[in-house]
Amino acid sequence: MALSASVIADLAGIIDDAQHNAAEIVKLTDAHPDMDVADGYAVQAELCRKWQADGRRLTGYKGGLTSKAKMVQMGLDTPVFGVLMGDTCVPDGDVVDMTQLIHPKVEAEIAFVTSRELSGDVSIDEVLAATEFVLPAIEVIDSRFKDFKFDVQSVIADNTSAARYVVGGSPRRPAGLDLRLLGVVMERNGELVGTAAGAAVMGHPAASVVALVKWLAGAGQALPAGSLVMTGGVTEAVAVHAGDHVTARVQNLGTVGVRFA
Amino acid sequence: MSLDLSDTNRYGDELYAALVDRRTVPNLRDRVPGLQLEDAYRIQSRMVQRRLDAGETIVGKKVGATSVAVQNLLGLYEPDFGQLLSGMQYLDGDTIELSSLIQPRAEGEVAFVLKADLAGPGITAIDVLRATDYVVPCFEIVDSRIDNWDIKVFDTVADNASCGVFVVGTEPKDPLELDLALVGMTIDVRKPGDTVGELFATGAGAAVKGSPVNSVVWLANMLAEMGTPCRAGEVILSGSLTVMAWVKEPQTITVEFGGLGSCTVTFV
Repeated sequence: MALSASVIADLAGIIDDAQHNAAEIVKLTDAHPDMDVADGYAVQAELCRKWQADGRRLTGYKGGLTSKAKMVQMGLDTPVFGVLMGDTCVPDGDVVDMTQLIHPKVEAEIAFVTSRELSGDVSIDEVLAATEFVLPAIEVIDSRFKDFKFDVQSVIADNTSAARYVVGGSPRRPAGLDLRLLGVVMERNGELVGTAAGAAVMGHPAASVVALVKWLAGAGQALPAGSLVMTGGVTEAVAVHAGDHVTARVQNLGTVGVRFA
Repeated sequence: MSLDLSDTNRYGDELYAALVDRRTVPNLRDRVPGLQLEDAYRIQSRMVQRRLDAGETIVGKKVGATSVAVQNLLGLYEPDFGQLLSGMQYLDGDTIELSSLIQPRAEGEVAFVLKADLAGPGITAIDVLRATDYVVPCFEIVDSRIDNWDIKVFDTVADNASCGVFVVGTEPKDPLELDLALVGMTIDVRKPGDTVGELFATGAGAAVKGSPVNSVVWLANMLAEMGTPCRAGEVILSGSLTVMAWVKEPQTITVEFGGLGSCTVTFV
């Protein structure tokens, strides 16, 4: 931690305003070159406290930069994490209002819903045993930073670009599914824009939950039962514009879709 | 203006000689004026005929350039195909000597084995499903006889669609129990002495013309134009789900498909 509590609070205010007004800002390290990853998470925690105090519900967590290529690109050995607020959940098939976003992109994901609390060092098998169901998801990310010019600290402070999430399709218990091998197909207006398999997320989507639980433990927290975890993009993020319709099809898990207007 | 038979035979013989000698030749497009797609397929026929004359038999077909990314790379806007010969076939778990190939690259694919002839024109996905005995995971080990893989569409078509060898899985699956568009795939590469491999790439069936089935449909109708149907018993490699993996060093590679099993091959 390099920044004082008052600076952290100021930065949380800047991020909150940018998210609320769909307004671009420059990366936080421009004004605070000393800012480190811990400061980024402190800003995020301050935001989460404020949002909950405002009556918004914390529904779960999301992993970001979960592919090996992205971690290498950003110089990380672990993904980054953000929080999911219930009011940012868009019903399967519904419409996202583009005027509330800046330059959104979408990623197809495999989401987990937990049935038991998870804490500390857990294994992939323990995550799967504590998973009530998995389901296909689309994450709408929307970096608040101008022209996507950011660094890891700023992205973390910006709640890892979380904007909206869509879950749906055919929820399934994980038993009997090899999540590494589930094919994921993303289409935009009927055109194929991404094909991949679950293993694109850290070798196994549950490995993202393992890393999340470890990160929470470092902050003295556990992952509560009933949490939603968006495990990270299986396909590459693609830009969306007003009028677009995006679907994610996941082998054995059905289809989830969302429109932008 | 298409080439004379004597010309296409000459280039087919040249590529056959390169194959036998494990060496490459300069690309054709820059040194054969007026070369057209039909010429390239006639060169391919000659190259294949030389293998048949040497005692091999045709065991199936491969469809190539099935993804938009590869089509852009090759400069063509439909797939291409080549012939699979008896000397190319390996099975899951086999070992291949790198010295038997020139500049190999591996592609993970879904292979269809037919139980009935597929004679176009007018073939649809329904016909392919009904004529399919089973599907299995497969590696196609592509290998170009053209210098430095410097290929565009005519070069690869002439060179039997850059086919090297292929490795098929041994656990047949019923195509009626799978959505082949959504079948996920991983390719793992393991170095000698290592106990675990490293993930090279992932993919899903839709990368192949929307579904691997569509690739076989295309092939059956394309072959009808040439008067040669797909035969019962033949194996059809439907096209790569992801980018090609270079195979330069000894290694073991495994392709796994959701609901379809796996296929492993070791290069020494």
